[in-house]
Amino acid sequence: MTQIFAYIPHQNGVAEDIAMEYPAAAQKIDASASLTAIVTGSGADLDAVVNEMTSIYSEVIKIDNADLAYPNAEVVRKALVNIIPGDAVFLTAHNTLGMDMAPGLSVKMDSAYAADIVDIEGIEGSTLKMIRQELGGAVSTHVESDISNGAVLTIRPGSFAPVEGGSAGGSITDKSSDAGDLSVKRKFLEIVEAEVGDVDITKSDVLVSIGRGIEDEENIEIAQELAEAMGAVVSCSRPIVDAKWLEKSRQVGTSGQTVKPKVYMAMGISGSFQHLGGVKGNPFIVAVNKNPKAPIFQVADVGIVEDILDFMPELTESIQDL
Amino acid sequence: MEILVCVKRVPDTAENEFELNSAGNDLDRDDLVYSVNEWDNYAVEEAIQIVDKVGGNVTVVTVGDDESEEVLRREMAMGANDGVLLCDDAFEGSDGKGIAALLKAEVEKGNYDLIFTGAQADEGAGQVGGMLAAMLDLPYASLVNKIDASDGGTITVGREIEGGNQEMNEIELPCVISIQTGINEPRYVGIRGIRKVAKVEIPVKGASDLGIDGGSVGDAGAKTKRVDYFVPDLGDGAEMLEGSTEEIIEQLIEKLKAKGGL
Repeated sequence: MTQIFAYIPHQNGVAEDIAMEYPAAAQKIDASASLTAIVTGSGADLDAVVNEMTSIYSEVIKIDNADLAYPNAEVVRKALVNIIPGDAVFLTAHNTLGMDMAPGLSVKMDSAYAADIVDIEGIEGSTLKMIRQELGGAVSTHVESDISNGAVLTIRPGSFAPVEGGSAGGSITDKSSDAGDLSVKRKFLEIVEAEVGDVDITKSDVLVSIGRGIEDEENIEIAQELAEAMGAVVSCSRPIVDAKWLEKSRQVGTSGQTVKPKVYMAMGISGSFQHLGGVKGNPFIVAVNKNPKAPIFQVADVGIVEDILDFMPELTESIQDL
Repeated sequence: MEILVCVKRVPDTAENEFELNSAGNDLDRDDLVYSVNEWDNYAVEEAIQIVDKVGGNVTVVTVGDDESEEVLRREMAMGANDGVLLCDDAFEGSDGKGIAALLKAEVEKGNYDLIFTGAQADEGAGQVGGMLAAMLDLPYASLVNKIDASDGGTITVGREIEGGNQEMNEIELPCVISIQTGINEPRYVGIRGIRKVAKVEIPVKGASDLGIDGGSVGDAGAKTKRVDYFVPDLGDGAEMLEGSTEEIIEQLIEKLKAKGGL
């Protein structure tokens, strides 16, 4: 029987949403598999998460250690290697902790590794069949892993249907003493909070959001004029901030701001999952992109295949004439 | 400081519209434009800036075919001192661990203080750096968007985490770091720069040079394999507005009015 272990990321005593999504992923791997949650941390925050997880998982493993109070990936990995059986399937989120911890874990466990899984087709013999994306979401791929010696999978948050409610009444096993030596060569120092910018994009009902399609720093003015005509605010995707054309506080995405506007104008944005991860609240999404195959058209409500540099000034003018 | 930067030649997502081939199982690769993986340019720039400050050498390495030499030359034109191409038929079809095992063999032939990779490449896995570190038993930090390399035996790195926050860590040397975009502004490389390094000899190493059993890497050694490419059917997707630009704008304005956008 397949044994599946799910690592629960948490903050301030609350599990992240992915904790509710692992059960659906585990079900798709092998409906008859055992599923155990693993929670690492320290003190009252850890206990709160462990208790929360007993309503969703029938088995919850708790690893309490002062060195795990902050999830330093190097420390977490060392503890997990001593806890997870060698032939198990281990699930963690494809987030900044999972990306930090999981590839090395698969090496230490000598198991297969598959990253950023968006769907699972199931097991045939010792082959696990999964789906992931490449090239910024432009194409999907079927991948197969030989899991005869176990597997480490990172699961894309939001890809599997969350379990609702839950009264699993799970049992808690304290494996703190099995974690072993947790000394590592990387020391967590502090979290530096994101800088607050001149404009708070999270407060605006309408966002004119620009991506690579803006092409040049001086073209940003075109987006600002459209935003002004609409009574909106300009936000952007990651490449615009990387190029230092706009402040980081204007970036929408998992590594930037999470916004909940009523209307989201995605102008020249291809639509990577990291970007869309920052767009919540089911807004009306208008996508304008000259590439008819841009992934953004799969999630937008309205799509327009045009060059934003030509389209935005015309739209601005028409709105001004209203 | 001796720094090794691992780079990759990839299809350029900004320059290509990806289509499947006629069999529907692979990309149509006939007219694809390739370039160096975007993250790797930031990694090479960071390495050059560190060496400019504290001294040392930057070496760039890639696993690939003959055509991958062009990305090594591009990074050398940026200012990397040396390049190494790991190339062998036996390497084809390697999974992340196969690539990491090849890079490990090359790392062990040098005496590096710092090993950089891009945070991710075309496949979007972000896996090779962490695997390489674990194979070498070196500490690792991923998604790094700030490095302070002024101290002796340790460096301070900032990791980009959720919400635009930054996680500061002190990490012992030698170590492996994966570099996130935005950490610096990679310098421009002109044709003259590329010409300057056009004749520099780039050593090519195969399985025997690296002391690697060909069966442990490549397709034979891969535990995770891509079966095919496909375009998923995600339902209807967006309602596409068509017609002249004028007509499109008229339709769009009506919709924006209805949804509170105007």
